[in-house]
Amino acid sequence: MKNQKFVPYMERTRLFYQAQGFEKAYTWAHFEGTPFAKPKKPLEDCVVTVVTTAVAHAKIPKPIRRAESIPFTETPARFETSELSWDKETTHTDDRQSYFPLEILNRLAGQGIIKRVSKRFHFVPTQYSHRATINADAPSIAKACGEDEVDIALLIPL
Amino acid sequence: MDIVTHCNVPRYLHNDLPLGNPLGSPGDRETQLESVLSALQLAISAEHSVVQVSDAAWKGDGQWKENYNKVDQSNRQALLRLGQENRKKRAENKARGLAR
Repeated sequence: MKNQKFVPYMERTRLFYQAQGFEKAYTWAHFEGTPFAKPKKPLEDCVVTVVTTAVAHAKIPKPIRRAESIPFTETPARFETSELSWDKETTHTDDRQSYFPLEILNRLAGQGIIKRVSKRFHFVPTQYSHRATINADAPSIAKACGEDEVDIALLIPL
Repeated sequence: MDIVTHCNVPRYLHNDLPLGNPLGSPGDRETQLESVLSALQLAISAEHSVVQVSDAAWKGDGQWKENYNKVDQSNRQALLRLGQENRKKRAENKARGLAR
């Protein structure tokens, strides 16, 4: 790995919430081991989808948002991103292609680099509940990917 | 980087950019395309779990790395108020059944 200084997000987050008076430190959901499977096809035979944390249906209150599988044809011109934690002092999310690569995937499909873009993309809510993420949202997205015959899912959180 | 490696994901392409533009800075079509191509190549070619760091870099100085979610005397009181409002809102949401 390069000699690069990365932002210590875990430490920064702990201190940030501690300063807000939260007594219990946040813990991140994680696997004990790393799940790994190598695709059995070449890239040009693969159906590709996107999993995003950008919010397509902002009218649903944040605390009860669930994973959603949404047709790419219904991709909003602007996702709602203001409720997510990102560096609002330094950058902006006005360019959708900086976090949601629909145009690029369509182009790669047109060039035959991938087989096609999946019928649906997937929204995963950013919530404190490990239980909701692991037991409800992730299985819902995995099931939808199976239904759509997805070979590769790109997880692109903001 | 630290959070994703803690989670133990099978493949991770890291762009060392401010949070908000994971594929590349706004308008930087070249980096955005390169990010998607690199991620797809990782998906196909990796033989085991892997973390790859790209050459993508923020066009400005590196101050954003110091500033993000920084706590110091200038914002300590404001953060405490923010936390109080946050806890109040969470309690209200819970009372209204807005919780999972």
